[in-house]
Amino acid sequence: MDPQINLKPSSPAAAGAAIECKELTKKFGDFVAVDRISFHVNPGEIFGFLGANGAGKTTAMRMLCGLSYPSSGHATVAGFDVYRQQEKIKQHIGYMSQKFSLYDDLTPLENITFFGGIYGVADKVIKERGPALIRSLGLENEASKLVGALPLGWKQKLAFAVAMFHQPRIVFLDEPTGGVDPVTRRQFWDMIYEAAGTGVTIFVTTHYMDEAEYCNRITIMVDGKIEALDTPAHLKQRFACDNMDEVFYRLARTARRSDS
Amino acid sequence: MRTLRFLLQKEFRQMFRDKTILVMMFLLPVIQLGILPLAMDLDVKNINVAIVDQDHSAYTQKLITKLGASGYFKIVTVAPAYKQALFSLENGKADIVLEIPPSFERHLIKEGNQSLNVTADAINGTKSGIGTAYLLAVIRDFNQDIRLMSNRQPVAPAIIDIASSAWFNPHQKFTWYIVPGVLVLLLTLVGGFLSSLNIVREKEIGTIEQINVTPIKKWQFILGKLIPFWVVGMIVLTIGLLVARLFYGIIPLGSILLLYLLAAVYLMALLGFGLLVSTISNNQLQSMFIAFFFIMIFVLMSGLFTAVDSMPVWARTIATFLPITHFMKAVRMIILKGSTFSDVLPILVFELLFAIGLNALAIRNYRKTQ
Repeated sequence: MDPQINLKPSSPAAAGAAIECKELTKKFGDFVAVDRISFHVNPGEIFGFLGANGAGKTTAMRMLCGLSYPSSGHATVAGFDVYRQQEKIKQHIGYMSQKFSLYDDLTPLENITFFGGIYGVADKVIKERGPALIRSLGLENEASKLVGALPLGWKQKLAFAVAMFHQPRIVFLDEPTGGVDPVTRRQFWDMIYEAAGTGVTIFVTTHYMDEAEYCNRITIMVDGKIEALDTPAHLKQRFACDNMDEVFYRLARTARRSDS
Repeated sequence: MRTLRFLLQKEFRQMFRDKTILVMMFLLPVIQLGILPLAMDLDVKNINVAIVDQDHSAYTQKLITKLGASGYFKIVTVAPAYKQALFSLENGKADIVLEIPPSFERHLIKEGNQSLNVTADAINGTKSGIGTAYLLAVIRDFNQDIRLMSNRQPVAPAIIDIASSAWFNPHQKFTWYIVPGVLVLLLTLVGGFLSSLNIVREKEIGTIEQINVTPIKKWQFILGKLIPFWVVGMIVLTIGLLVARLFYGIIPLGSILLLYLLAAVYLMALLGFGLLVSTISNNQLQSMFIAFFFIMIFVLMSGLFTAVDSMPVWARTIATFLPITHFMKAVRMIILKGSTFSDVLPILVFELLFAIGLNALAIRNYRKTQ
């Protein structure tokens, strides 16, 4: 797998930017969870969002997904405003939360059918692509099992497949590989690359630095602020480090916040 | 509509996989409706009487026999002195002490009057009150008898004979009154708790996040929750009506269709309440407490046990604003009185307003964006 394979020329905030973010801020009382972050994500890009626990990654992502109102600043996702057009945004994005949130008491195919149906995927398409997806995930033998009985790695792959099923323009993945074994993580990134290959924009948070290398561009968040934003190669060059781990340590050790 | 179809499919799948809910759905109406009304019988029977007979005359024998034959009293002891009888009251063996003084018979015949002493254990107010009243009725009756028996010219006070006839429940069967009430209670419990625990459960597990990030409409989501519980409620009602028929021989006099229509609207109001509670709470424990708090008020103020008309004004005011009060009344009207559509129309409108209001609040209060 070549991390550079999907690298798009990082054009400046074009009209077609998948995500556009200016001074976006979220406060909970006196606590500033996300502090005036600005960035843009190009269509088809794999955009990595890095940071220690409590840095504000999830909060930022929830605002972009229309799950949370920003306190101030501007942002558009797929061209829609995060203050007023959350429901429009939701039509064009897929989302996979940090905590597994498919239905444990439904089978994999029932979950796919349900979420596909909610997103308005046609019955015929669900009937054709649902079982095909189960096969490609290697879940044929587990088809009659409830999702609750599956191992975490398979659950995560299924959650990603569900987030992608309605063919969104942008997919948000919040620590998709947390607690997953290295082999499954590798397979997971294969799935992400495959999706990016079809032109889907991927916005992914992680704190695995090896995964950061797979992204086209990454931002590193420290205490709610964006401390760095560039391609992994440029960041390593700029901080004169051999790998992303070192880059991350240099930036994150200034952090005052830890687990929130 | 298509979205709703997928929501309902999912809700029913989950429901049918939850064996506990399924079992409870059938057991609750059968067992509770089968048992509770019998235990809730307000008729006072088996009043234990201790008699102090200091006369030992033919008259006292007659009186004691008459008491025993009335069917309400059990004579537990005939003590020689008041003290001993009072002791049996104190240790709980007797509910009422009837003291017959010496020369009871002689006084009655010679002087035409004699007082008796009745002492009642008033810890259970209902039992002592009703028991004393029954006892006095028996003694009054006895009084009539001996006046006729004695050769004395009957003093013939103008006696007003009151003949009462009980309408809508001619045999004054307690179950006829209480079974429809318990049916409403069951419907309220099942609907209220199931709905108030559902959405909050999705919050707790985290699945609501995956729903909130879809373009689903808020009303679709709420309706998708309402309909399955509504179906459950209608099933509980059906089983309940069957139990009422098979166990107690209660067959609604009025239209069954009207009963279902009314229950359908009432359930929508109740489920709207439950879903509202569910959207307010953050976890199932909170939700359970809030629902319990309100359902307790609903049930105790609904007129299930006590007549709303005899409540203090403030309580009556609260009761008047509760959908359950009117539903309870309407169910009894339809089942026992055979009331028709026009009779219950105001109640139907009242329930409908609550159904719309509570569900609108639930939809408003459910937020997809925090």
